[in-house]
Amino acid sequence: MAVNREIIKFLAMVVVILVAPLLVHEGYLINVMVFIGIHTMLALALNLLLGYAGQISLGQAGFFGLGAYISGILTATHGINPWAAMAAAALFVTFLAFIVGFPILKLKGHYLAMATLGLGIIIYIVFNEAVEQTGGPSGLSGIPNLQVAGIVFDTDLKNYYLIWAFTLAAMGLALNLVHSRIGRALRAIHDSEVAARVMGVNARLLKVQIFALSAGLSAIAGSLYAHTMTFIAPASFGFNFSVELVTMVIIGGLASIYGSLLGAALLTLLPEMLRAFQDYDIIVYGLLLIVMTMFMPGGLVKGVPSALSRIRGKLQGRPVPHA
Amino acid sequence: MLKVKNINTYYGKVHALKNVTIHLAQGEIVALIGANGAGKTTILNTLSGVIPARTGSIQFLGEPVETLPPDRIVKIGISQVPEGRQVFKGMTVADNLELGAYLRFRSREPREQIRQDMRHMYELFPRLEERKKQMAGTLSGGEQQMLAIGRALMARPRLLLLDEPSMGLAPLVVQEIFGVIERLRRDEGTTILLVEQNARAALKMADRGYVLETGKVILEGAAAELLENPEVQRAYLGKEKKEIWER
Repeated sequence: MAVNREIIKFLAMVVVILVAPLLVHEGYLINVMVFIGIHTMLALALNLLLGYAGQISLGQAGFFGLGAYISGILTATHGINPWAAMAAAALFVTFLAFIVGFPILKLKGHYLAMATLGLGIIIYIVFNEAVEQTGGPSGLSGIPNLQVAGIVFDTDLKNYYLIWAFTLAAMGLALNLVHSRIGRALRAIHDSEVAARVMGVNARLLKVQIFALSAGLSAIAGSLYAHTMTFIAPASFGFNFSVELVTMVIIGGLASIYGSLLGAALLTLLPEMLRAFQDYDIIVYGLLLIVMTMFMPGGLVKGVPSALSRIRGKLQGRPVPHA
Repeated sequence: MLKVKNINTYYGKVHALKNVTIHLAQGEIVALIGANGAGKTTILNTLSGVIPARTGSIQFLGEPVETLPPDRIVKIGISQVPEGRQVFKGMTVADNLELGAYLRFRSREPREQIRQDMRHMYELFPRLEERKKQMAGTLSGGEQQMLAIGRALMARPRLLLLDEPSMGLAPLVVQEIFGVIERLRRDEGTTILLVEQNARAALKMADRGYVLETGKVILEGAAAELLENPEVQRAYLGKEKKEIWER
């Protein structure tokens, strides 16, 4: 019964996402929605690690970039099929994260933050300095679009459906995962790692596995990004972007799959909507984030329903317990 | 069933267990008593693999287990109820219990058996059933202790390690929990190693006991004998306590 409700919720979201671009006729907005898709996938990947297992990573942009560059270099420079390049990128990054995960995830709290931050920065430096392969700071261009059975994904609308197909698949996979035995074990690690271990959860291995999964998903997002944009430069994969991803997860709602979507959507749309403030947009943006974390500590996914019920209560004139 | 021989455990440079040797027979309740810092909890953590011993041997059902990681230890039938309960506060009572059966889910044991065990836990601790959809963090101390025990039992252990089940609980609740422990041994033949500050209550329930002091076993014997032992009475049971003006 609870499972059915989950499925209905998911299908409703799929329908909304399928129909959305048909209501929007402006190419620019569809382009923004493509980015929301990519960001959702990235926020989702991070949320599995941060929201569920309680392990921070400030190096997600690095994995995103690795996916983009591996795909880009293999196709643009070596002429390999884009789909094969995407698979290679995902496998390589998953494997890399699995190997570096063992030493890194022994660390906790601030130390884990520092280590993942360092990892992200190392990757970023490689993008800038390995000029022969990556093109250095001026970027890598001429990355081909993906294609399926003769359809080339070269317009915003086509890319929209391509990217959302991947994002929805990732969301479905994540929903399945968090409602399984594994999701329960991840939340247990979050609450008390020692207790989880004496209950028979191999916490060390599970943390590394979820880290690798998170990195692999980010790499797929990176690969999609490269083939959609056809041009990539290191600036998109720096430390700032890692922090932005953490913000998306927290604003959207920790340990919530739909929260990742909300957080990604909000943080992608906000800068676009704040264009009206011109040079002051960054100040308004920062203020909004502060206000939101103050009044919606559980993220949008919990804050919006509770705010609505409070407003409804006020309208009907009955007292509402403080949330 | 369990033979622990000459184990030495360290926290960094601190030598916490010094040549500790203990054993448990099938179906026994054995109490470990001693002051704070004597090494009682360390023995349990060493047995469950959380803090492995540096030297010495541990045999469980005839197999050496001293090098196994915690998850393998659970798999072969040793479950720990950690000190301070450590329930998963952000998860529901039912989820906590299901997590106790983590390895059984993983080995694809029929769901029906696990569900049956859940019902059994609710029968042992009716209060948990009333609160099964509630977050574990909202339970009272006694209920959390019950949940911690139930969670450990969901792994179907042959040996249960109980770390201070009476800690910070009202006497009536302690009685209830000790009643369940006795029932587990009587009805299900679970072997129990019990660490307690409340030495009198522990020795009344146990068959045998070990007294620890600064990482060493200084006394062992039948629980009834330990209860009568003047040394134990003075140090741990508060007998012959002299008030200042009597000295």
